[in-house]
Amino acid sequence: MSDLTYLSLKDVTLAYGKSVAVDRLNLDITRGELIALLGPSGCGKTTTMRAITGLMRPAAGRITLDGADITYLPANKRQVGLVFQSYALFPHLNVFENVAFGLRLKKLGGKALDTKVDGGLDLVGLSHLADRKPAELSGGQQQRVALARSLVMDPKVLLLDEPLSNLDARLRLEMRTELQRVQRESGVTMVFVTHDQSEALALADRIVVMKDGYIEQLGTPEDVYDRPSTRFVADFVGFENIFTTENGKLKTADGEVLLSPGTPIDGTVKGLAWRPSKVALGSGPFSGIVKGSSFAGHAREYLLDSALGPIKAEQPVPHDAYDIGDRIAFDLAPDHAARLTRME
Amino acid sequence: MTGRLLSYVTLTLVLAFLLGPFLIIVAAALSAGETLAFPPQGLSLKWVFKVFEIESFRNSFALSMFLAVFGTLAALILGVPVAYAASRYKLPFRETLRTIVSAPIIVPGIIVGLALLRYLVIPLDVGIGLALFIAHTALILPYAVRVVSASLENLRSDIEEAAVILGSSRAGAFFRVVLPNIRNGILAAFILGFVTSFNQVPVSLFLSGPGVRTLPIDMIWYMEITYDPSVAALAALLAFLSIAIVFLAERFLGFSRYV
Repeated sequence: MSDLTYLSLKDVTLAYGKSVAVDRLNLDITRGELIALLGPSGCGKTTTMRAITGLMRPAAGRITLDGADITYLPANKRQVGLVFQSYALFPHLNVFENVAFGLRLKKLGGKALDTKVDGGLDLVGLSHLADRKPAELSGGQQQRVALARSLVMDPKVLLLDEPLSNLDARLRLEMRTELQRVQRESGVTMVFVTHDQSEALALADRIVVMKDGYIEQLGTPEDVYDRPSTRFVADFVGFENIFTTENGKLKTADGEVLLSPGTPIDGTVKGLAWRPSKVALGSGPFSGIVKGSSFAGHAREYLLDSALGPIKAEQPVPHDAYDIGDRIAFDLAPDHAARLTRME
Repeated sequence: MTGRLLSYVTLTLVLAFLLGPFLIIVAAALSAGETLAFPPQGLSLKWVFKVFEIESFRNSFALSMFLAVFGTLAALILGVPVAYAASRYKLPFRETLRTIVSAPIIVPGIIVGLALLRYLVIPLDVGIGLALFIAHTALILPYAVRVVSASLENLRSDIEEAAVILGSSRAGAFFRVVLPNIRNGILAAFILGFVTSFNQVPVSLFLSGPGVRTLPIDMIWYMEITYDPSVAALAALLAFLSIAIVFLAERFLGFSRYV
């Protein structure tokens, strides 16, 4: 735990009855950071988020926030905000009163309340809809209300559960920009949960990739996208050609294959992975027969059958299409491979 | 064409069947004669006014009103927490709980009435008024639980968590965000409970004593002694009252969504 740590989870274990959802998770977050918890459903990301809000109690471990131990502090005393996936606006209250809800509980009233609520609605650009009921708003507008409702409380950490998943593609882009702007302007520490890698890559300062209750990889978007460190992460971010290695050789169905010379591979590396775009076609020590070919807009994708097993390759368009049945040479350059330290 | 004619005829017959008795009662109530008869002999409002002069009607009306209002309130005070618990928590005996709560409407009223008389009023010397109150509360409870459950089903539970995160206590969240959102369901349950209690006959039949009778029982009792049109007049007045209540409930609550 460094001096800069603001929110820290130490050996946090979370369980529903006897089934463990998150096992001894460690995570340190710096003030003002935007963190994404990324993973498929059931990976423990939402559970982790609920533990930070206090809606769920850890079975073991410690959570500290801003220097204070909040492990057993009830949710209503934590000063943590949460924007629900469903927004969870209060249907009987109008937009103004939804945003004012928490402030009224803090005994704020009169002019101070109005100023604060107006400020919140201003920040998300909804001042003109203050009198509407949630049912009269679009999904995007409801989300902004939920965001304003959390932000006016000046939370120490703002958590967002799948903030973009209920929006259509165009709104998603708009909201993404909006979230970044709000975070910049308010400087609030944000943690959001998502199953969509493109959201995490576009928004986050750092990404926590989770699987089965463990952290698979923690790093910047560039780290995760270009240098996945486990088989799971590599697969998740689109490295479709993944091989186990041993002593610098690829292990395949037919035995071990020597790679073409490149950067030496040390003993901690258990596997190598290539994106389809990093498979060099046309020359190289390997060869395969084209089994499939399809146009994917920006590129043409080929499926090769080779001694290494099936290989997925990609060539930028326009490209003189190889025909199905052609035998072509290809290379897997170690320089272009992601080095995986865990293969299970 | 013939199919259409047939459906009109059927519809008319069904309407006549449903509305006929009501129209006959109204006509009988407006009779100028001395006995309950149809067609009425002459036209007058004298029996309508007579209703308000009969003391036993006034007393039994007051008792019925009391039972309907406070029995329903008691059923709601018991029923709302039951409905809430059943909808929010995974209770181990949820279905059993629902069955037990519904039992009073499944068991025939006549048996409930007899049982209460035989095992509550007689051996324990419980007053008829109290026994009636207990019986009506129990009879309304299933409706209260069912109607309130229906409106809770439509309410997302995460708004309570949202309220808690914004600083409310768990109990506060119930009063601040759950109750206001199921208000219409509770009002609908109240109206349904009120009408059920007010019109209740079989159970109340067993639970009557000297000077303690609910209005429907008092009407039966009155008819056995005095066969004049005042009973018809009272019945017509009660019918109009019920129609007015249901009409207003439908107009302002969309009552039919809940029952």
